[in-house]
Amino acid sequence: MAATATDSRAQQDAHPSGDERFALLDKALKRARFEQDQLVELLHTAQEVFGYLSNDVLIYLARQLRLPPSRVLGVASFYHLFTFEAPGDHICTVCLGTACYVKGAEEVVEGTAQALGVPAGQTSDDGRLTLWTARCVGSCGLAPVVVFDGTVLGKQTTDELVTHIREVFAAEDAAAEEEEAG
Amino acid sequence: MARPKRPNVPVVIDGHEVMAYPDDTVLSVAKRNGIRIPHLCALDGVSVYGGCRLCVVDVAERHKLMPACGTAVAEDMEVHTQSRTLQEHRKLILEMILAEGNHVCAVCVSNGACELQDLAVELGVDHVRPDYQFPRRTVDASHPKYTFDPNRCVLCTRCVRTCSEVEGAHVWDVAGRANGSYLIADLGQPWGEAPSCTWCGKCVAVCPTGALAWKGKAVGEMRHDPNLVAFLTSARDEGEWLDRETM
Ligand code: SF4
Ligand code: SF4
Ligand code: FES
Repeated sequence: MAATATDSRAQQDAHPSGDERFALLDKALKRARFEQDQLVELLHTAQEVFGYLSNDVLIYLARQLRLPPSRVLGVASFYHLFTFEAPGDHICTVCLGTACYVKGAEEVVEGTAQALGVPAGQTSDDGRLTLWTARCVGSCGLAPVVVFDGTVLGKQTTDELVTHIREVFAAEDAAAEEEEAG
Repeated sequence: MARPKRPNVPVVIDGHEVMAYPDDTVLSVAKRNGIRIPHLCALDGVSVYGGCRLCVVDVAERHKLMPACGTAVAEDMEVHTQSRTLQEHRKLILEMILAEGNHVCAVCVSNGACELQDLAVELGVDHVRPDYQFPRRTVDASHPKYTFDPNRCVLCTRCVRTCSEVEGAHVWDVAGRANGSYLIADLGQPWGEAPSCTWCGKCVAVCPTGALAWKGKAVGEMRHDPNLVAFLTSARDEGEWLDRETM
């Protein structure tokens, strides 16, 4: 019984933008049986699927769970893990947990921010790089740790990190040029 | 469970034996019997929040302080509301509340008719010991009828509960966490652009400070009406429309 009711709810409210990613969120919503107390789980899924929580996504969740929008944003903003702005093409997260901090992670953040012109916690104007900080990513043996596009880089210095990022950018530029030429 | 005709639960508050209804809290039975327990976030007519902790009391046999507004009565419960320790706790809590925002009475619409100010007088707060935080918060004057000045907001959530439980619009909620918490309207947009607001003004009526006010009120001109929601809910539930107490 409940399943039919929730199915028709999902159908009638399917996202009008036609964005395929909403289908993934719909699946999670169904699995959660549209229970309001599954909000945090669903916010996780939404952030995984979309990379961040846009107003559009928050409104969609509010509608589907029959929750007031201010409650949804209120809950989401409680957690540092959720972000509300689109990140850049590449995400560089520097760990500021105790071990990394002791090994000079703060200098890595500041140095990288300065060298690449992205303030910590923000995205560069060209939308290419987001520089985030995190509380302990759990690889303290490799301190200071940086996670770049999902890859863990251990024992980083500012120079190493900046060089790595510049290399990635250069490789990307070269590929783009080749494509244009070819 | 319907309330019995007469209160039938004996409790002892500060040495006085009083009779409570089974669904009473320590605060509600004290209030009915003319025993004053300072409180701020509690509001008759909406749910209990228990956030401000100004209403702390001592309950014999429980080894911690309890908020009177959220503690259910029990038979022969013995409550103390006025020990030196409790008064000192309340005073410090109020000082922390004052230090956390920007409360400048001299320029406030609610000066002279403010629950926060009245509490400070009652508890003898003549100076504030914790360091003032001087947070930077911007006034939201986007609503055609009201203003929201977060500098004066004590996050009591009276407006949140009233708008949600009585008006049914749930415009307000609390975002962020700990000392970075703040009030949001709908998706954190300017209040005037929040589609769910019905302009009913109930949140403004119940705000204990000058945070929510009518537009166009000058210093000291704002009058709140915190009994409004108790009136509305009892009107709805009990069919009583004429015994309105206004501030
Ligand atoms: S005016 Fe009414 S509807 Fe609007 S926020 Fe206040 S209580 Fe809610
Ligand atoms: S705006 Fe007023 S009623 Fe709402 S939380 Fe702040 S102080 Fe309380
Ligand atoms: S009045 Fe009881 S905690 Fe605020």
